[in-house]
Amino acid sequence: MALLEVNNLGISFGGLRAVNEFHLKIEKGCLYGLIGPNGAGKTTVFNLLTGVYKPNEGVILLDGENIVGKKTIDINKAGIARTFQNIRLFKDLSVKDNVKVGLHNHYKYSTLEGIFRLPKYFKTEKAMDEKAMELLSVFDLDKEADLLASNLPYGKQRKLEITRALATEPKLLLLDEPAAGMNPNETQELMETIRFVRDEFHMTILLIEHDMKLVSGICEELTVLNFGEVLAEGKASDVLNNPEVIKAYLGE
Amino acid sequence: MTKTTKNNMITYIMVILLFVIMQTLVSTGNVSSLLQGLLVPLCAYIILAVSLNLTVGILGELSLGHAGFMCVGAFTSAFFSKCMADTIPVAGLRYFLALLIGAAAAGICGILIGIPVLRLKGDYLAIVTLAFGEIIKNIVNILFIGRDANGFHFSTTDSRSLGLLPDGEVIINGPQGITGTPKDSTFLISVILILITLFIVLNLIHSRSGRAIMSIRDNRIAAESVGINITKYKLMAFSISAALAGIAGVIYAHNLATLTAQPKNFGYNMSIMILVFVVLGGIGNIRGSIIAAIILTLLPELLRSLSDYRMLIYAVVLIVMMLFNWSPKAIEWREKYMAKFKRSKKEV
Repeated sequence: MALLEVNNLGISFGGLRAVNEFHLKIEKGCLYGLIGPNGAGKTTVFNLLTGVYKPNEGVILLDGENIVGKKTIDINKAGIARTFQNIRLFKDLSVKDNVKVGLHNHYKYSTLEGIFRLPKYFKTEKAMDEKAMELLSVFDLDKEADLLASNLPYGKQRKLEITRALATEPKLLLLDEPAAGMNPNETQELMETIRFVRDEFHMTILLIEHDMKLVSGICEELTVLNFGEVLAEGKASDVLNNPEVIKAYLGE
Repeated sequence: MTKTTKNNMITYIMVILLFVIMQTLVSTGNVSSLLQGLLVPLCAYIILAVSLNLTVGILGELSLGHAGFMCVGAFTSAFFSKCMADTIPVAGLRYFLALLIGAAAAGICGILIGIPVLRLKGDYLAIVTLAFGEIIKNIVNILFIGRDANGFHFSTTDSRSLGLLPDGEVIINGPQGITGTPKDSTFLISVILILITLFIVLNLIHSRSGRAIMSIRDNRIAAESVGINITKYKLMAFSISAALAGIAGVIYAHNLATLTAQPKNFGYNMSIMILVFVVLGGIGNIRGSIIAAIILTLLPELLRSLSDYRMLIYAVVLIVMMLFNWSPKAIEWREKYMAKFKRSKKEV
């Protein structure tokens, strides 16, 4: 069974049909790309998958469970984590605390235990610190753990966002234009990071991207969106050579 | 010891030191009676500033109704203390129960008001909290409660309509408020309550829940996407902040012979004054709130000899402090100076 299966998904904003009859099937462990011209509805699909928007129709099955209509936090608990096109870090928290917020639902103690500093507080905080540092060191961010997130350079902010999303222990990771605003070197590094995440964490990844080098470099399968509808889908090499895709997106 | 624990320790020690200094000055007779009378309200203001900082600085929502919660705490606890003055003669126990009741009442008010209000953001939230603060003050002003052999009587028109028996007494007398609350608040107790408030707020900030609250402040959408329950943590911060304001109200009420709800003590003037403490001390900076509350409360009194120019100088000091704290150039200069200072210390 596929990890994520989306069928007949659609949403309208007023008279605008933003996404229509969208379907998607992602197998576990796959690196999947969602591409399309500006305004094709890629980010809208992400917002539908994460419960930010409620679809007008359609089903989204995560591991066989329908998650349509669930709230964002419940969808996160069910196993979808995401990053954002315009980086959304907790900028006035330290790098480590950003990750610890991601760990929030996996390491628990009550507010009163926190205020009165009961033994469980110290035990859990220590375990959280260790886990956070472990994750940060995977992404080579451990030296910056005590910096404010807003003081990180751009590329590392992207990495921190991925780290934070992984801290919620998702089954599926959604990356919204991870290479936006990066120079070729940073993009190269990011590609390696994404591939590393997939292999190291056995993660299934769905990413939106404009950078064709990145898409053709790492995505195994692709779906192309155009005007809210699926234009093509399948193996990356096939899709990128599809004449319709080239016409709509890459230019003739 | 980590950096945050060290920082928190400095705050606690600062409060204790200030208390010791003030107490010595009082016992050696170096403090005017006017200033002495200001010490307990000052403690209430400090608690208010710290608790409002929890809403404004940590939760990141602008609330202009903080005096309303103080009002709830003040009146419920004064009502309790006056009713129980004969039943519980031990002042300590009575005061302790009054504190719990005042904090609980204000906290519950915080939850009730928070549920609808916290759906709003920014300026809208500020205006609605302002309105709620005024509503609370005005409700208290039309409330008449009396007690006689038959039990409690309520009215919203005047004290005669309570229909009390001859032996009955009016406890809350509308605009005349509550008279004869036992004067249980002392400087020592108030300072202990400041320390308890600091303990609660600082420990909350540096815990799992505190991180969740700050993550909502920094980026609501991202917080939601990593599974933070926005409503729960917003409401938690808001109601804890309200409950602590209630404690400040208890201190304030038990320091006055007559407690009335006037614009200057429970109206928006007060809410804005507390907000000035918070903004001046640094939004999100707990220690700064304490210092700002102390300076801005004592300043008008210390300038009393200047009579007419008093408020003018107060206003000028306010502007200068604000510039010094917040103008980018001043921050730059301060940081440069501090770096130099640190370097020279290392060389020595």
